[in-house]
Amino acid sequence: MHPFKMLSEYGPLLLEGAWLTIQLSGLALLIGALLAMPMSVARCSPRAWLSVPVRIYISFFRGTPMLAQLFLVYFGAGQFRHELQAVDLWWLFRDPFYCALLTFVLNTTAYQAELLRGGILGVPRGEVEAARAYGMSAWLRYRLIVMPHAYRIAFPALGNEVILLLKGSAIASVVTLFDLMGQTRAIFAKSFDFSIYLWAALLYLLITMVIVRIWRYLEKRINPHLQRRVIQAPKAVKTAVTATE
Amino acid sequence: MNELSLLGLGADGWGDELLSGLLVTVQLAVTTLPLGLLIGFAIAGASLSEQPWLRRFGRAYTTAARGIPELLTLFLVYNGIAMLLNAAWRALDPDAGFVELSPFIAGVIALSVVFGAFSGEVLRGAFQALDQGQIEAGQAMGLSRLDQFRFIKLPQIWRFALPGLGNLWVNLIKDTALVSIIALNDLLRMTNIAVGATKQPFTFFFVACAAYWILSILSELVLAVLEKRANRGVRRA
Repeated sequence: MHPFKMLSEYGPLLLEGAWLTIQLSGLALLIGALLAMPMSVARCSPRAWLSVPVRIYISFFRGTPMLAQLFLVYFGAGQFRHELQAVDLWWLFRDPFYCALLTFVLNTTAYQAELLRGGILGVPRGEVEAARAYGMSAWLRYRLIVMPHAYRIAFPALGNEVILLLKGSAIASVVTLFDLMGQTRAIFAKSFDFSIYLWAALLYLLITMVIVRIWRYLEKRINPHLQRRVIQAPKAVKTAVTATE
Repeated sequence: MNELSLLGLGADGWGDELLSGLLVTVQLAVTTLPLGLLIGFAIAGASLSEQPWLRRFGRAYTTAARGIPELLTLFLVYNGIAMLLNAAWRALDPDAGFVELSPFIAGVIALSVVFGAFSGEVLRGAFQALDQGQIEAGQAMGLSRLDQFRFIKLPQIWRFALPGLGNLWVNLIKDTALVSIIALNDLLRMTNIAVGATKQPFTFFFVACAAYWILSILSELVLAVLEKRANRGVRRA
């Protein structure tokens, strides 16, 4: 099919799918970020009863395929249908959107918590000690000193996780959702036009590139002190430097 | 029937079917690894080449293969190569039937393409971390280019790249699950079949998850040993 005709016929559907992809992964990332914060603190705790369960949780969700996790949630819930109906939670597990969202949240929470743990461990001891010396409570210390710095350290890695989850969300198409991948597969099944896969790939690439840009901008904003600075040296000094090199 | 006997190995248990699926999963990952590494070395070489067009190709390949969902890559390969094959087939023999690409081969190609892009970046980093002075020392001692690669570069690339490659290996094992969608009888698909027959979805998908989990943990243990071995000559700061 002619590319122009292809786009005019299926373009709106693709964009609709892309919007669902963005909604699903964006929402999951946000909820995951909220849950990852306390979890990473628990993961760093010296108390085993706090850190060990979190460790097992993180290891499980990072060590198994997200597709298998999605099946576990979406199909697995059926085994407990009566129990879930009794506690009035069945509506959640009956809906593929909520199941996919729940799976993505569980998954990204594990990844984000682990990245944030790296950030917390990277906060210089002196800062924490200084906060203690000021008499800050643990809550205040985490809120004002540890977490802001931990996020700064983990920020580039969190950007990778955003892109990984966005790409991973393509499996939502397997549980009947019409995200970008789902629309693409449906259109291919109707038209047998291979170029639709290429358009979808282009759209995914475009979304990731926009995210990379946004992330780079945000990184500049929150880590201004870490940017490479270009210092304009006077000409005479410049030549002197190159001469000594 | 209780759950344990459902997982048994006999005729009415699903344990043997799941194990055969696990074997396919492992075969898929093990077949992909060398191919993906080969692509990775080629891409790392291209990205570090002195030819601008090779560098541009390396960058374009890396961006595309890392930015497109693995699932989409799989469908691109599965349907795309099948279409090319059919077109070529029909050009040779106009009344040929429809040939289909085996899901296993499609899976190996798609996963290698992805693994190649990611490992290319890891290997590029490792190449760049090499101590330039050591390579010059090798040249000064009159080592051939091949010997320089074998005795100076490769052992250290291995050391630098191992943690990154280890992560990619675990990702590869997890990505094999996607191939179940194009009907390869891997662990996840065999689990699906077992669920269809037994109506015990949670039990079976949990067992499948546990199997993947064990594979990941085993890989991490082996990698820790390999890393220790690779770093045996390095003094720790």
